[in-house]
Amino acid sequence: MTDPILKVDGLKTYFRTEDGVVKAVDDVSFELKKGETLGIVGESGSGKSVTNLSVMRLIQTPPGEIAGGSVTFDGIDVLALPIDEVRKIRGKRIAMIFQDPMTSLNPFLKISKQLMEVTQLHLGHTKTQAREHALKMLQLVGIPDAEHRLDEYPHEFSGGMRQRVMIAMALSCEPELLIADEPTTALDVTIQAQILELIKDLKSRMGTSVILITHDLGVVAGMTDKIIVMYAGKVFEQAPTKELFSRPANPYTKGLLRSVPDPAHVQGKELYQIPGLPPDVANLPAGCPFAERCDRAEDICRREFPPFVEVAAGHHSLCHFAERVYEQSKSEVNS
Amino acid sequence: MLSFIIRRTLIIIPMALIVVTLTWGLVRLAPGNFYTGEKKLPAAIEANIKKKYGLDQPWYTQYGMMMSNIIRGDFGDSVKYQGQSVNEIITRHLPYSATIGILGYLLALLIGLSAGTFAALKQNSSFDYGSMSLAMLGLSVPNFVLGPLLVLVFSFWLYWLPPARWGGIAGLILPVCTLAAIYAAYIARLTRAGMLEVLRSDYIRTARAKGLDEKTVLFRHALRGGLVPVLSFTGPALAALLAGTVVVEKVFAIPGLGNIFIQSVFNRDEPLILGIVAFLSILIMVFNLIVDVCYGFLDPRIRYE
Ligand SMILES: Nc1ncnc2c1ncn2[C@@H]1O[C@H](COP(=O)(O)OP(=O)(O)OP(=O)(O)O)[C@@H](O)[C@H]1O
Ligand SMILES: [Mg+2]
Repeated sequence: MTDPILKVDGLKTYFRTEDGVVKAVDDVSFELKKGETLGIVGESGSGKSVTNLSVMRLIQTPPGEIAGGSVTFDGIDVLALPIDEVRKIRGKRIAMIFQDPMTSLNPFLKISKQLMEVTQLHLGHTKTQAREHALKMLQLVGIPDAEHRLDEYPHEFSGGMRQRVMIAMALSCEPELLIADEPTTALDVTIQAQILELIKDLKSRMGTSVILITHDLGVVAGMTDKIIVMYAGKVFEQAPTKELFSRPANPYTKGLLRSVPDPAHVQGKELYQIPGLPPDVANLPAGCPFAERCDRAEDICRREFPPFVEVAAGHHSLCHFAERVYEQSKSEVNS
Repeated sequence: MLSFIIRRTLIIIPMALIVVTLTWGLVRLAPGNFYTGEKKLPAAIEANIKKKYGLDQPWYTQYGMMMSNIIRGDFGDSVKYQGQSVNEIITRHLPYSATIGILGYLLALLIGLSAGTFAALKQNSSFDYGSMSLAMLGLSVPNFVLGPLLVLVFSFWLYWLPPARWGGIAGLILPVCTLAAIYAAYIARLTRAGMLEVLRSDYIRTARAKGLDEKTVLFRHALRGGLVPVLSFTGPALAALLAGTVVVEKVFAIPGLGNIFIQSVFNRDEPLILGIVAFLSILIMVFNLIVDVCYGFLDPRIRYE
């Protein structure tokens, strides 16, 4: 019965480009309760990053523009807020970790400075306080010899260590919402697991709500309470994590699930891939944007845009055949 | 860092000597010499002159003597301006070039950096288009057109500023502006490109995501990265500006080093040519070294050992 910490409703973010209007995010809605973790998955270009940058009002205008919808954070209408007020939320109440730790830290500034400026800004720390706090944060995220490393530059850190620094930076004001945009994509597998474990651990300690963006369903399985699946700027499916994994109600989700390598995966056997490529979001067809690649598409799919069907409580799917796909998944599980 | 600077400084001397040698070779290979004019000299006089300047010796003896003098810092006397040493001539004319050079450089930096940064911040605005068109113009209009044009407008039409000659601040304005134009244009374009790239970079997005205001994002996070490409241009540019720009000095009749250099070439005044060439090459190498050292301070990823 807790209030949602974040509510996104009918969000539309468009980019004006030479090839026309790119509808990067088109009518996306979701809700996140306090302490929950939401996973956002989808292929490259499906609008995951743009959705979350829109929440932070970090879309470059022009070419981008939030064309509609609303974002409500803890009862505040973020999109209506003057930018000065948004800045008070950024970094303090909502923090973000980015995909590529190699380029997301400023190469010209010492780590200490980059960490300290956050708490100096938001918590009114003096230099000494900020430095102490920065040190504490580095130790918290497991950076050895932190005292000494504070005075180093980003290039002296490995990728995994830099991502730890990013996490330390993001968490230094104990934000209520942490948005992690593919925090492990650029890292190698063992480091990936460590970073995810770290986020999980800090989340449970601080009670932070988390949005975890990834195109790897394997990553979100063990970490999230619910998942939204995005395709071509739209939410294709939305469900609690367990439900989504066991009873997907959308052919796109099923395709994504089939392409996750499972532990028993036979070496040498080729991994499944959804045929075709994601569509050009500047020129979407009239019908379902996935129809061209869908193995069960029928005429109606190419003609009409599909409805967003609620197949079970809290489980929605954007598909003309959502019910049937859902029933089929159910029977597959039973057999 | 220190050993890097020492090593680079030590290498400047042999490099300058190589440049001098090449110049000497070129001067000698070109037909003609300083003492023959329109009229041919009587054979006896020519022999005397040759003897006086050691030109009757074989070339390697001449080269050896010249080099041993130069290594001791003595470029000898000008063969045209009798009784004046090359060192004296350079010291006398350098201040003129240096004055307009340094002023032009500062003006170019001021205009270029601020226009470039502002254009990048307001990309595709009318300021951006306006200043970049102006920069394009600045790059494509040569000095020898811009200089006379400014003289025409500000001296002959408006009577605001003196058209030429050294003297007073008013006399400096036109040459300094002419000199600065092309560099300001270049720096503005480099700054804009550098800043645009940085402003789009991930770490600027990180800085914004921290809640920093745009002023802090610009000055603390963006400026350094944006200035790196400008730096490599400004070092050699300063050397070129200090050494005097031939065209501007000619147009405004300024008795600077550039003017003297041209004269020395026309006169085939070998010691003076070599002296100026050596001076310029050392100047350029010193400024390049300064730029490299500045890089080290600007960008922590660059480490010299
Ligand atoms: N500045 C921009 N100008 C034009 N189009 C843009 C811009 N930024 C994003 N887009 C477009 O918006 C769409 C969604 O991009 P987004 O970055 O949200 O994808 P994503 O789901 O995060 O993909 P990835 O997994 O590769 O990070 C893409 O088609 C992209 O081309
Ligand atoms: Mg992304």
